[in-house]
Amino acid sequence: MTTIAPPVTGKASTTTKRRITNGFWGVVAWVAGIIFVFPVIWMILTSLKQARDVTTNPPVWFFTPTWDHYQKVFDTNITPFLLNSLMASVFSTLLVVVLATPAAFALSLRPVKKWTDVLFFFISTKMLPVVAAVLPIYLLAVQIGMKDNIWTMVILYTAMNLPLAVWMMRSFLLEVPREVLEAGEVDGAGLVTSIRRIILPMVAPGLAATALICFIFSWNEFFLAVNLTDTNASTAPIFLLGFISGRGPFLADLSAAAVLLSLPVLVAGWVAQNKLVRGLSMGAVK
Amino acid sequence: MTDVIPRADEKTDTPPPKTPAPAKGGAKERWVRRAPLLPALIFAIIVTQVPFLITLYFSTLSWNALRPGSKKFVGFDNYVTVLTDNRLRSALFNTVVLTAGAVIFSMILGLALAVLLDRKFLGRSIVRTMLITPFLIMPVAAALLWKHGLYNPDYGLINGIFGGNTAWATTYPKTAIIATLVWQWTPFMMLILLAGLQSQSNEVLEAARVDGAGAWRIFTQMTLPHLRQYLELGALLGSIYLVNTFDSIYTITQGGPGTATTNLPYEISQTIFSKYEYGEASAAGVVVVILTIIVATFALRVISGLFKVEEGR
Repeated sequence: MTTIAPPVTGKASTTTKRRITNGFWGVVAWVAGIIFVFPVIWMILTSLKQARDVTTNPPVWFFTPTWDHYQKVFDTNITPFLLNSLMASVFSTLLVVVLATPAAFALSLRPVKKWTDVLFFFISTKMLPVVAAVLPIYLLAVQIGMKDNIWTMVILYTAMNLPLAVWMMRSFLLEVPREVLEAGEVDGAGLVTSIRRIILPMVAPGLAATALICFIFSWNEFFLAVNLTDTNASTAPIFLLGFISGRGPFLADLSAAAVLLSLPVLVAGWVAQNKLVRGLSMGAVK
Repeated sequence: MTDVIPRADEKTDTPPPKTPAPAKGGAKERWVRRAPLLPALIFAIIVTQVPFLITLYFSTLSWNALRPGSKKFVGFDNYVTVLTDNRLRSALFNTVVLTAGAVIFSMILGLALAVLLDRKFLGRSIVRTMLITPFLIMPVAAALLWKHGLYNPDYGLINGIFGGNTAWATTYPKTAIIATLVWQWTPFMMLILLAGLQSQSNEVLEAARVDGAGAWRIFTQMTLPHLRQYLELGALLGSIYLVNTFDSIYTITQGGPGTATTNLPYEISQTIFSKYEYGEASAAGVVVVILTIIVATFALRVISGLFKVEEGR
């Protein structure tokens, strides 16, 4: 830490002083940001290194980049894993949105009786540890021949994200101004029209953010995937485990695969970052 | 996809409407209101509640899948085993240490970063994007990256920069797991606390400044009390997610060395999928649920507190 500029008096110098302090904390923030993101940068660097530069100590910082490791990842059997992850994430997200949006509507704009109880029921299912439910699910899946089946994962991921989506969609629906809805009613818009013409366009950005967050959680899910899939329905996180081998430059291939598989979520998260906090806090924080 | 960013609340200068009064009307009207809710509700009950009830039933059976015909009712025997067994007690202890460690440290770091990000400076949105990146990296990828890229004694980055040949993941297993979790969860805490900081009224802060209150005093006497419910929310939601930590333990230490990092989710899934002790695992699962309910009760209280604030606006 360096010392802050010595205190100066006088009006003109107050702004200068303030500018210097702001600049100083800005630099601190930049340093913190770079430290935090550094492991990721290291992963990207590793994935671009020549095989001989990967496991050196001290680490090599300057090297001729190569795409070999990415090539190698694509040469492995990556497609089924990607397809499985894509299917599980996309279909569960669609199902979540289809189930959660009407439910959120019935808990906000046209609420049922005891809507608070229902809301808290949803959130309590999110708090139930999966590990306490995995055995019956596993045994049932084995019995009806649905183990190692991507549709089992779709159903489970839907249940996993449903409470989050209900709460999040509810908080977006509540932002539709009363007056607009009432004006619509005065103009003779029926329920269906007002949903289609007024409500849906207004909550569309919220709907998109909700979908992105559900997508992120499904894409990254590991516990259920590792315990309920074997060969047919394995998803992207399981694919990564296959890269671990005893020694040597496997690290570069692993990094390349990790970068590739993290990319969809990174993009989704960056796009949705303004709404991320609302999703993570179930809509409690805006 | 950039059209996600313009926020819906730009136009809502008017306070968000209160939830309209619940339905009164006749039976038909009530069912019309209920109809959109039912599919989601029924789905949630079937997929999340029914398996748990079955677990409750399994927990009263002496049942090892490797011993055919062993499935018989034994009442609370499994619970006695679970609560007196050393493995589970140490798993419980590890769960508490790992969860508390990760929550506390990510909270402190998250608070510091949120305060930094609350100021205006050049490239603030870039720094924010960098800071949330660890949370978005696939958890298994993050765990593998830390294990092989950072902790490895021979070619890991930590020894590469600071020298030495410490095998971080085996010498300090708990710290290694906590550090990885803190890296991943600090962004989460930061985002929640940043939202709290930004909900603070600027006029009040400015007034305090004019009255000559120093930055530190404003922070401890005004900002921290204001942040209290956000801190609570972050801690409780963080605990609820982190109690279920599985990915990083499975990948970095496999619960070891010995049972140094075996937490309850890892222990229970081992009991199910490697030892096939179904009855015992179910009883342990029920115990975890009871513990979660205790934490969750507090969490729900905090959330419904924020919820009331929101409704009252």
